[in-house]
Amino acid sequence: MRLWLSILAVTLANWLMKASGPLVLGHRTLPRVARNVVALMAPVLLAALIVVDLAGPDWEGFDWTQVFGVLVAAVAGLARVPILPAVLIGVLATAGLRLF
Amino acid sequence: MSTRTDFVSGMRSAVGPAAATLVLGISFGAAAAAAGWGIAAPVFFSAFAFSGSAQFSLLTTLSAGTAVAAVLSAVLINARYLVMGVALNDSLTGSRFRRALQAQALVDASFMVAHEGGGRFNIARLVGATVPQWSCWLVGTLVGLLLRPDPELLEKCGADVVFPAFFVLLVLDEVRTSRAAVAALLGAGIAGGLLLVTEPGYALLAATAGALVGVLPERPAPVKSGEVR
Repeated sequence: MRLWLSILAVTLANWLMKASGPLVLGHRTLPRVARNVVALMAPVLLAALIVVDLAGPDWEGFDWTQVFGVLVAAVAGLARVPILPAVLIGVLATAGLRLF
Repeated sequence: MSTRTDFVSGMRSAVGPAAATLVLGISFGAAAAAAGWGIAAPVFFSAFAFSGSAQFSLLTTLSAGTAVAAVLSAVLINARYLVMGVALNDSLTGSRFRRALQAQALVDASFMVAHEGGGRFNIARLVGATVPQWSCWLVGTLVGLLLRPDPELLEKCGADVVFPAFFVLLVLDEVRTSRAAVAALLGAGIAGGLLLVTEPGYALLAATAGALVGVLPERPAPVKSGEVR
């Protein structure tokens, strides 16, 4: 029962947060300045998610072999390798390091 | 482009993140099985919450503390959806209920895939990008629950590289101006600094302050030689 109630609470909160725009703002549009801020939200959140994913709480999840693989994937992407093979190259780089 | 074309284009763009979601879903399923959650609860959770970070958070904190603290921690980690939901609002269409329903397709990778620049989002692309990710998350959860792969083996194979690598490749595509690059670096710096003193959910929420660079007036584009203004 405790598990199901917790799952339902998190699910409901998730729905409400995703719907925060329509629920709070309705049909009102954002002013120009706010739109300029919103335009930068995607790269900002993406960069923050990468750091949080690689570092973990208190930076205790930091693993240089993982970071190496991510960097290899980034270099492959900059070298115009398509996205899926680029990620695969990064995964193989980390897996290779962890073998030794 | 038509709605159908945008939807299909969104699906295509999300094939990579969906593959990453499958791997992560398998990890979640395996961890839920190990925690004794049974089959129905994790499947329901993956189908209706569809949130890796919140689901992993609840999984790890529910056994260690009170249910209220575990729920709050899982909700907090997704607090960024409040900001993202507001960002999306101008691009949604229809009645308030319809718009709230469209917003349920909001997940990190879809938010990036649907971004058309200038704060506008293509909702058909957003929904299209979410469909393969949701399907892979659900299938991954089921596979993890049934096969229970060894988490150490997944890590040895470099599975933990998949998500950050996709995000790095997406951010390289997203950072098209120096202003976006400065904002992204600020967001990364804020998140990295705050991880030392607070939970990841707060760090992510605070990192959105990096987008305040958008408040600064834009510098006029330089005049090219021979160009008449």
